[in-house]
Order: sequence, then C-alpha cells, then structure tokens
Amino acid sequence: MSDLIAEGLNVALGGKSILAGVSARFRPGQVTAVVGPNGAGKSTFLACLAGLRRPDVGRVLLGESPIQALPHRERARRIGFLPQSAEVAWAVDVETLVGLGRTPHSGARGLGVGDRAAVHAALERTHMTALARRDVTTLSGGERARALLARVLAGEPTWLLADEPLAGLDPGHQLDTVDLLRAFAAETGHGVIMTLHDLGVALRLADRVVVLSGGGLIADAGPLEALTPDVLARAYGVQAAIVDGVSGPMIELIGRSRG
Amino acid sequence: MSLKRIGLLGGLLLAVAVLAIASLMAGKVWVPWSAWTGGAGDPRWAIIFQLRVPRTILGVAVGAALGLSGAAMQGYTRNPLADPGILGVSSAAALGAVLTLYLSLASSAPWVLAAAAMISAALGVVAMLAMAGTASGTITFILAGVILNTIASAGVALALSLAPSPWAAQEIINWLLGSLTDRSAADVQLALPFILAGCGLLLSLGKAFDALTLGDTGARALGVNLAAVRVVLAVGVGLATGASVAVTGMIGFVGLIVPHMLRPLVGHRPGALLLPSALGGAVLVLAGDILVRLTPAAAEVKLGVAMAALGGPFFLAMLISMRRRLA
Repeated sequence: MSDLIAEGLNVALGGKSILAGVSARFRPGQVTAVVGPNGAGKSTFLACLAGLRRPDVGRVLLGESPIQALPHRERARRIGFLPQSAEVAWAVDVETLVGLGRTPHSGARGLGVGDRAAVHAALERTHMTALARRDVTTLSGGERARALLARVLAGEPTWLLADEPLAGLDPGHQLDTVDLLRAFAAETGHGVIMTLHDLGVALRLADRVVVLSGGGLIADAGPLEALTPDVLARAYGVQAAIVDGVSGPMIELIGRSRG
Repeated sequence: MSLKRIGLLGGLLLAVAVLAIASLMAGKVWVPWSAWTGGAGDPRWAIIFQLRVPRTILGVAVGAALGLSGAAMQGYTRNPLADPGILGVSSAAALGAVLTLYLSLASSAPWVLAAAAMISAALGVVAMLAMAGTASGTITFILAGVILNTIASAGVALALSLAPSPWAAQEIINWLLGSLTDRSAADVQLALPFILAGCGLLLSLGKAFDALTLGDTGARALGVNLAAVRVVLAVGVGLATGASVAVTGMIGFVGLIVPHMLRPLVGHRPGALLLPSALGGAVLVLAGDILVRLTPAAAEVKLGVAMAALGGPFFLAMLISMRRRLA
C-alpha cells in the first residue's frame, strides 16, 4: 500500500492564490477529513491529490511515483474520486451507473466477469442490490448518494477521495455514508480522504483531521489535537469550546471571535 | 452482448435491408424484381445502377453519418437537443462548401467542395465547444450552437446575395436544399471513405461518452482523456457530417430524432446508443427519400425540406412530453 503525499502544493486561479505551500502525507487504512471555511481551497486540494488538477508548484506522489506522470487509466484504477456534483446526465439504471466505476478496468467490449463481480460487491456493500434495476433519476437523495458511492467502490481503488460526500444529506444518511467509508478503510486497509463541512462529524468519526485556511495548512493531527479552540478561531473566526457530550467530546459554538 | 441488444441491432439491420431494396425499386419508374434478372440488355438496368444504387448507398451512408453524429454530440454534451443541424455544424459545413461554389473553386476538382465542407464542419465543432467552454449546461451548448448556426447561415446568405450570376445563385440554392436526387457513383466514391472513417472514429468514443454520464470531472476521474475525446469528436463529426453535407446538402433533424427515439431501447446509455443511431439514421433517411420520390408532385420534394417538415412536429412532441414531466 502506498502513501499519498502532497509536497508544497501551490495553486493560483486568475491571480488569486488558492493553495500556498500545502504539504501533507496520508497513510492507508485511515479516514482523513479535510475541513476549513468556505473558499479555503479544500476542493482544489482534493483535486490535486486525485491527480485531476496539476498544481502550479509542487507535486503529489503516490508512493514513489508522481501522480501526474501516471497514465490516466492507471491513476484512475488506483484513486477513486467522488466529485461533489451528484451529476448523472442520463436516466440509466443503478447497476449501469455503478458499472461506470469499472471504466479504468474494463476492456472495449464492456464489463467482464470480474467487473460484474466488483459491481455486485459494491451494490451489496452499499445496500443497493434491491434497487439495481431502478432508474437513477427516480432515486431519493440518500439512495442516489449511496449509488454514487457504490460507483466509486466498484472501481476497487486503493485511495478513495470524496469531495463533500455528506453535502445535502440528512443526519441519518450522513452517518450511513461515513459508516460505509470507515468500513471501507477498516476492511480493505485502503485510505479515505474526504472534505467535510460538518466539524462534529470530523471530530467524532475521522481518524485524522487536516484544517485548511486561506490556502494554507494550519493543523494536521488526530481530531482532538487538530480541532482545538485556537485552530477553530484562526480558521473560522469563531469562539468554540470542546465539551463532553453524552458519548464523547463535541464542539460547542459560542459565537464569533472578537478581534 | 445481451439478447435485447442483438434483437435491436438485428431489427434495425433488417429494416435497413428492406428499405434499401425498396429504395432500389421505388420511384417515378417502378423497377420490379424481374428487371434484375433481365440482364444488362434490359434498359431498366441503367436506372438501377446509375441512379438507384448510388442513391441508396448514399442514403444509408448519410443517414448513418447524421444519426451517429447526433448521438455522439449528445453523448459528449449530455444534451438531448444536440444535433449537427441544431448546433450549427451542418451550417458550418454548408458555408465551407458554398464558399467554394461562390469563388468558383468547386469546379476545379470534385474534392475541393467536399474538403471545404469537412474542414469547416470540424472547425464548427471546435468553435462550438470553445464557445460553450468547460461549463456543460444545456443552455451554454445550445447558445453556442445558435451563435455558430447564425453566423454560418449569415455567411451562406451573404454568399448567395453576392453571387456573381443568377446561375451561381441557383446552383448554391439547389445544393443547399438537401437531397439524394441524381447523385452519381462519383459522389459515392467521394463521400463514402470519409463517412466511414468519421463513423469509425465516433464509434470508438462509446466508453468515454458512458463515463461522461458522471460529468467532466467524473469522467476524468475514471481515466478518460477529455482533450483527446474532443479532438476525436471534432474530426469524427467533421468527416461524417462534412462529407454528408458535401454530397447531399443540408438534411436536418436526423441526428435529433433518431437518438431520441432509440435511447429508451438501450437503457439510456450514451455509448450503447451510437451503433443503433447509425442504423436508425439510415432507416430514417432511406424511408424519407423513398416517400419523397413517391410524392405526387410536378417536381420532387427535396429530402431536406421533408425532414424539416418532420422535425417541427417532432420538437413539439418533445416539448409537450417535457412539460408534462415538469408539471
């Protein structure tokens, strides 16, 4: 299993700096949450890690190999990416959608036996088997999110990168999705990196939290070490306290920090 | 290949074959089967081999090129309204061809007009994609297509109004009104290789179009090289549509109607839609051309006009079903 390593990433868009010298090392078997305020560069960072955006300066390594040097297909086999947009352009059925995850593996003649097995395993894992024949456009938001997650899982990636996988989901479906991602990391020993808005979820359910603010990395540690009141004040401009909840620590928002 | 797909492709192939035979027989002069066994001495042989055979081959080839171009452009743009006619690619091809007529270059060699049509069709695709940019919304593509269509049509109209002689203007008009009438074996030789090459390129993009169901980012994440897809698409549509327009003029709506009707039969997969759309395009153009020939009128109705007459009501039907879905 290879580490995924960001080395001094700089990205500017239209003269505005999005990422400035971000370095981090991600290890397999962990679920990492990338958090930060709006416009902190979370999605750009994730796109760089996935090899979908070339940083202006710096590089991303998958083990020893620079990710931009990998052939597209090879990169796609190793890194599964779940985009933020839940776009599904055509009214295909769930099984066809999930089958798209096999694109980097399958030949020109369509899905083989191994591909179909992977699709069925992904449907099983996400509890979508019963809905396999359903038209994707008729699914509820939660079902659609599970179908798209199954699409990534079907590719059997060694790294699963998800951009805001919880956006637009109710609390129950948020927990379902995080459970699936955690199970994936725990059972396969592969790595998961996701951008998140919900600090509570990051604190409780991530193995590790990376905090971005203003294009820079300001914390990179276990959840309790990363999400300190000081870091939250710097990143979000809020006054917060870590308090004991019924089942563990939680973040209590007090208000805007002054000054 | 699933049984369902074999059935669909088989049915379409059968329809192409039946219509091709009908196309060889039907017309002002009805050529019955017995003429085929009469040997070269039969005067009806001339009708079959000099008129009907090239016309039928072109009907199949042009129909396949237009149907496939439409399905490919819809797959790339993820927009069911994309079609070489609607997005201005056919107009761009026509502009290239008309310019050679206007500048009297077309008579120097037969390939000049065809080459101009193909190159300007490919440039049209490139311009349309460039104008639409990376945003892939329905509106931006349609708007880019409308712009291309408008500019190219204005160019055609300009060439027409500035035509050096009434004779030249008549030639341009005749050519613009798409038709398969009186096409020769030379036209077939000119267009067929390019149409086949263009169709081959477009058929190779099936997997990429499937992946594009997940959007640009989704497709790239699945390892699809979108820059390469764009080049192949532009060249493929340029060759297929450009060569078609070069020999038959503008025949619209084939690329719109055929993929729309076949999409539910292939489970809405854009890649699986390509080959059936080619066959369906051949069916539609052959059927349209046969009907046009049989229409009792002093002059033959142009196929392009007939297709446009079919396209209007078709758009209306699409609109009604969309409104019903949104209501």
